[in-house]
Amino acid sequence: MSSVQIRDVRKSFGNFEVLHGVTVPIEDGQFVVLVGPSGCGKSTLLRMLAGLENITSGTISIGDRVVNNVQPKERDIAMVFQNYALYPHMTVADNMGFSLKLRNAGADEINKRVKRAAEILALGPLLDRYPRQLSGGQRQRVAMGRAIVRDPQVFLFDEPLSNLDAKLRVAMRTEIKELHQRLKTTTVYVTHDQIEAMTMADKIVVMHDGIVEQMGTPLELYDKPDNQFVAGFIGSPAMNFLKGHVRVNGVATFEGPNGVKLPLKTAPAASDGRPAVYGVRPEHFTIADDGAEAEIVVVEPTGSETQVFAKIGGEQVVAVFRERHQFNPGDKIRLKPEPSLVHLFDETTGKRLNA
Amino acid sequence: MADVAIPRAKPQMIEANAWTQLKHNRNWLGFWFMVPAMAFLIFFLAYPLGLGIWLSFTDTRIGRVGQFVGTENYEWLWDDSIFWLSVFNTLLYTTVASAIKFAVGLYLALLLNENMPFKAMLRAMVLIPFIVPTVLSALAFWWIFDSQFSIISWSLKHLGLINQNINFLGDTTWARICVIFANIWRGVPFVAITLLAGLQTVSPSLYEAATLDGATRWQNFRFITYPLLTPIIAVVMTFSVLFTFTDFQLIWAMTRGGPVNATHLMATLSYQRAIIAGQLGEGAAISSAMIPFLLAAIMVSWFGLQRRKWQQGENND
Repeated sequence: MSSVQIRDVRKSFGNFEVLHGVTVPIEDGQFVVLVGPSGCGKSTLLRMLAGLENITSGTISIGDRVVNNVQPKERDIAMVFQNYALYPHMTVADNMGFSLKLRNAGADEINKRVKRAAEILALGPLLDRYPRQLSGGQRQRVAMGRAIVRDPQVFLFDEPLSNLDAKLRVAMRTEIKELHQRLKTTTVYVTHDQIEAMTMADKIVVMHDGIVEQMGTPLELYDKPDNQFVAGFIGSPAMNFLKGHVRVNGVATFEGPNGVKLPLKTAPAASDGRPAVYGVRPEHFTIADDGAEAEIVVVEPTGSETQVFAKIGGEQVVAVFRERHQFNPGDKIRLKPEPSLVHLFDETTGKRLNA
Repeated sequence: MADVAIPRAKPQMIEANAWTQLKHNRNWLGFWFMVPAMAFLIFFLAYPLGLGIWLSFTDTRIGRVGQFVGTENYEWLWDDSIFWLSVFNTLLYTTVASAIKFAVGLYLALLLNENMPFKAMLRAMVLIPFIVPTVLSALAFWWIFDSQFSIISWSLKHLGLINQNINFLGDTTWARICVIFANIWRGVPFVAITLLAGLQTVSPSLYEAATLDGATRWQNFRFITYPLLTPIIAVVMTFSVLFTFTDFQLIWAMTRGGPVNATHLMATLSYQRAIIAGQLGEGAAISSAMIPFLLAAIMVSWFGLQRRKWQQGENND
């Protein structure tokens, strides 16, 4: 195990720069998730960490060692690929033991370590099977087994769950997290799925267009997104955004679309009339008499909660209630955002305005 | 439910459509779909093969219907040193040419599988020897290896490396080398392009995984590429061996089996005896003598082509 330092890393393919100076400190034993929409450079960053892509500028160090020019096999990392990349002509045991075999480990040693990894992942009965004979989840576990056997400094995961069906994905998510808690190996995990990021990470790095938008614990990102992109990316259903102006005459309020008044706890200094974007999460609406008038468009019950799509001042928002209301499309209700949980963003830069 | 329904419907159906039923019988229909292919195979493969084998047991000559003579032709061949020389030549030709074709073809395929400029053009260029008609390329080689006008002799002489023309097609050893070289030149593209197609089915992430596992480039080839390529290698080499073993055109155009039968293959000897000399029975016997060798090659490929364990198994995707 060891820490990983990514310092001002840039990556260009030809004249096209895809990473514009990324700095990510990763502590020893941390589970870090790189998350962002496709094309944000998260996979490229992971592959640079693995040594599969070279680094245009900046440094990556594993432990105390700068690895920019270190061969992948010397970096002491193990990677789980999106398509698992299991060797089809080798049994599960041979797949897991391949790296040890290449390092000329003895048959006993290989056997022992493969057995141990198989035990951790409940792969014991499958050791003699070929990848073709395994289900998606089993292949996923073999891919992890191959990583575990090596006992590396760092685990890298490249969207490992995206080829699995929804139910299995949830199960494997827990399994990977459990595995990390058990082995405590520094892990860098790439995904485009913010739920995976939220549920698994010690630290989330939200990337977008080759830069880091924000880094922090899952709840930090949820509670205090630095900018509108992070606010919209983290959380499901996504945060509602309403454009309008800040009004300060005695009480701070927000004037939304078509003059709708929305509550603000405090307004940023000297901001009367300032154009801004008002952000409120679906779960932070309540039904209150002093709320903004909203017309219900669609109601989607999921059992544990109900998603209500409604129009405030002509703009569609979504609200989530755990209570069961009897709503019908066309009904008029009054939705009130919880003022202390409201986010305010600059209209042009998207930067967070309120504390 | 079904018990009630069937007796009522049945008489109606038979009465209405015996012919339609036959038309809808899958086996009947299937048989007719098979007929064209079957007829083709019977007339153009099975019949000539059977006729050839039959002729080999007769003393047929051109212009004379033969008598059944049993295994007399084969007994003659058994004591015929030229026949045995042609068997030796064929085996030598096939073994050496196939082995080199495999090595060079695999090397080219690996090379063409790398990222390099003008990749598509280079791949197309590799195919050129394959698309040139055999006889034309054989004629070109005939000139290249000509005893007086050979460009190779000319170049070497001008470089001062030799004083005299090399008698490429007149010397037994040189003649063998030359025909084998020509065969390799023609056969390499087939091997290279087919193996290249095989290489491209190997997922790049396997190499990445192996690299992270600590494999060197050689180990990548040895433990990933080669095992994954074996099924295709088996197919390609079977075809290559069959084509080479039965080669006729190249030899006939370049040497006609000479000098002193040093390049006579079984196919060319058979042609010479049967068509040129008119001894159809004997020629047929030489041709038929190739069958055991070809069968052996097919058996090897049969076992080589048996799906490997890792290719089998339930489909769980």
